[in-house]
This record gives sequence, C-alpha cells and structure tokens, in this order.
Amino acid sequence: MNKASAQPANWYEIVLASLKHNDVKLVAYVPDRVLTPLIKAIHEDSFFITFPTTREEEAVGIVTGAWMGGMRGAVLMQTSGFATLPNALASLAVPSQIPLLMFVSERGTLGEFNLGQALVCRTMRPALDSLAIVHHTITRIDELEFIVDRSIKQAVATQAPVAFILSPLLTGGKVFEQGGAR
Amino acid sequence: MTKPRTGIASAHNAKVMNRFELTKRLVGQLKREEAVVGGIGNTNFDLWASGQRPQNFYMLGSMGLAIPIALGVALAQPRRHVVALEGDGSLLMQLGCLATVGMLAQNNLTMVVWDNGIYQITGSQPTASASAADLVAIARAAGIAKSAWAADEEDFDRLFASALAEGGPSLIAVRIDDKPGIGATDRDPVQIRERFMRGLGVRRIA
Repeated sequence: MNKASAQPANWYEIVLASLKHNDVKLVAYVPDRVLTPLIKAIHEDSFFITFPTTREEEAVGIVTGAWMGGMRGAVLMQTSGFATLPNALASLAVPSQIPLLMFVSERGTLGEFNLGQALVCRTMRPALDSLAIVHHTITRIDELEFIVDRSIKQAVATQAPVAFILSPLLTGGKVFEQGGAR
Repeated sequence: MTKPRTGIASAHNAKVMNRFELTKRLVGQLKREEAVVGGIGNTNFDLWASGQRPQNFYMLGSMGLAIPIALGVALAQPRRHVVALEGDGSLLMQLGCLATVGMLAQNNLTMVVWDNGIYQITGSQPTASASAADLVAIARAAGIAKSAWAADEEDFDRLFASALAEGGPSLIAVRIDDKPGIGATDRDPVQIRERFMRGLGVRRIA
C-alpha cells in the first residue's frame, strides 16, 4: 500500500494487500477464529490460491515446495498450531533457507481463559529464538503494513523464514465468554 | 523377510518387489523433466542411487512431508508433473495430507508409496500397515480415486505410465522387501534445494 493512499480500515485488509503487493499467491492455513475475516477475504480474492491443511506442518511442506517451484507462500495458524512446528522448521525450512511467511494469531495472553493456550503461548518465542527465526509481535495497526511489507521483502532477500505474531491488541483477539466456554 | 500380512491389508495379493529396482523403472519413464520429491531415509537413498537428476529433491528431515512438498511444487508449476516417493511409516505419520490432496485434486501429482510394513531404518519395527492399515483404501477414502496396489513390476510400469499420461492425483502403493537402500544422499540441504530450483528453471544459472 502506498502511504499517500487512504489506509484500509481493518488489519486483515492490510495483511491481504501486503501479501498481494509482494506476490505471495499461496496461502495455506489451519483456521483460527481471529483469522476468520482474513481467511474469508483471501478466499474471495481470485489472486490467491488458498485452502486449509490438516496440520500446520503440512502447510509448511506445501509452502516450501511452492517456493522451490517459484511461487511465494504463507501459512496462517494460531499459537497452538505453531507449537506443532519445530521439527518442520528445524529440519526443513531453516536449513533449506526457505522464506516461509508465518502469520500466527496469538492466543494465550491478555485475558486467556484456557490454561493450555496460556502455557503453549510461552513456548512460541523461545522456540523461534532458539532457531534464530526473525519474529515480530504486531500490536499497532499503524505499524502493520510497514512491518509486514518490509519483512516479506527481507525474508525473500535473505532466504529465511519470518513469523508475524498478531497480538490481540491488533486483532481484538478472541472474545472470551462468561464462564470460559471454548 | 516381510511377514505375511493379516487383516485388511491381506486383501490385496500384490507381489513383494524391490524398492531400488522399482525406483530405476520409475526414473526410466521420466522424459519431460518431471520433478521427484523423495521422502527421508531409504526412499531417498534409492532415488539418489538411481541417478541424481537435477529435478530430484531429497528430504533430509521433516519425516512425512514428501507429499506436501510435492503438492507445493505441483501448485507452483502446474505444467510439470510432480512425483512424491514416500515410505509407509512416513505416510502414516502424515495421513492428513491425503485428505488435502483429495480435496485439491491437483492433476499433475503422482504419489508412490513403498510399503515394507516396517520402520526399516530405525530397526525394522512394524508399522500399522504390516497388519491392519491398507494405504490404498485410505487414499481412496480420502478422495483419491486413482489409487491402486501394483500387482507386479509390469503392473507398476503401466500404472505409473498412466498416471503421467492421464493425470491424477494418483497414488500407487508397492509392497516391497526389507532390502536396505543402495546409496546415501549428500547432507547439504542448501545445495540440494538450490540444485532442485535450478532443475525446475526457477533460478537463473550464472
């Protein structure tokens, strides 16, 4: 997006525009409630090839293959999905130098009701740090386009994965119901 | 020795063949720079030993991801046929990918599963396919209608030729013996990935 143009209203429109602007055509995802408007918008845009996978590591394999075949791709997931990924990252995406773009909807923080989510959230940044994977926690909509656009370009230029952690401060997070159902 | 099978898997009476022999027959049919993604372990070792084509990718880790990687290549290059080679243990680790392949129905993708009923490289512990799971039945139930056991070598040649000519997605399962792989791949993931990308015409060669 050009700075001079009107800012899109929503975080997911900015993410979609940044993907498109950087020719990221393939989007594989394991869904998350918070990501729903982004997934819906990507499905409605014929620029993208998008579909759900049964597991996050499957999506990492698909995006890796697509990159090797000349197509850029991203994986969308939630925090608990990221926790299934260290083997695929450590034995495929990182050593093979794949610019794997990961968008993680952050659960487990800022009012989480599910203890498992709260614990798994604590494993995410140490896992990323231990593999020296660049990651950004995005909390502000006015920084979103800059971070995503620049980091996609950096991932491609340096042939390295990157993780975008989408904070509830940015997305609104999951709305916690009274009594903590789901 | 591969043990005689009981249960559902015994419903097919495919001949027990040899992975390296069949890999050579498979590679011998590739005339159009088809991409081949080899799964970790003996699958890769025999692919390597069959001749290091620039369009071969050898997985060094990420057990179970040969089919997803091949699917990604197939999506990126729809005019090139892509073949995934995978072992029974590896496929059992990532069965969900068959549902994704069935859902997407990508027609330039062929999957070959070498089924010896054992985790051969770790000490020949039995896999679930040795006694119960029928990988072809699972693939069909995932929506991959063109799924078949190869009855013998000639049947494999015919099934693979038809998969390349008619499109898929197709899955060919092959009962194999317990002979170890013939070669051993290089262990440099960047070199393997870069060579593959050049083989696929993605990189400009300086």
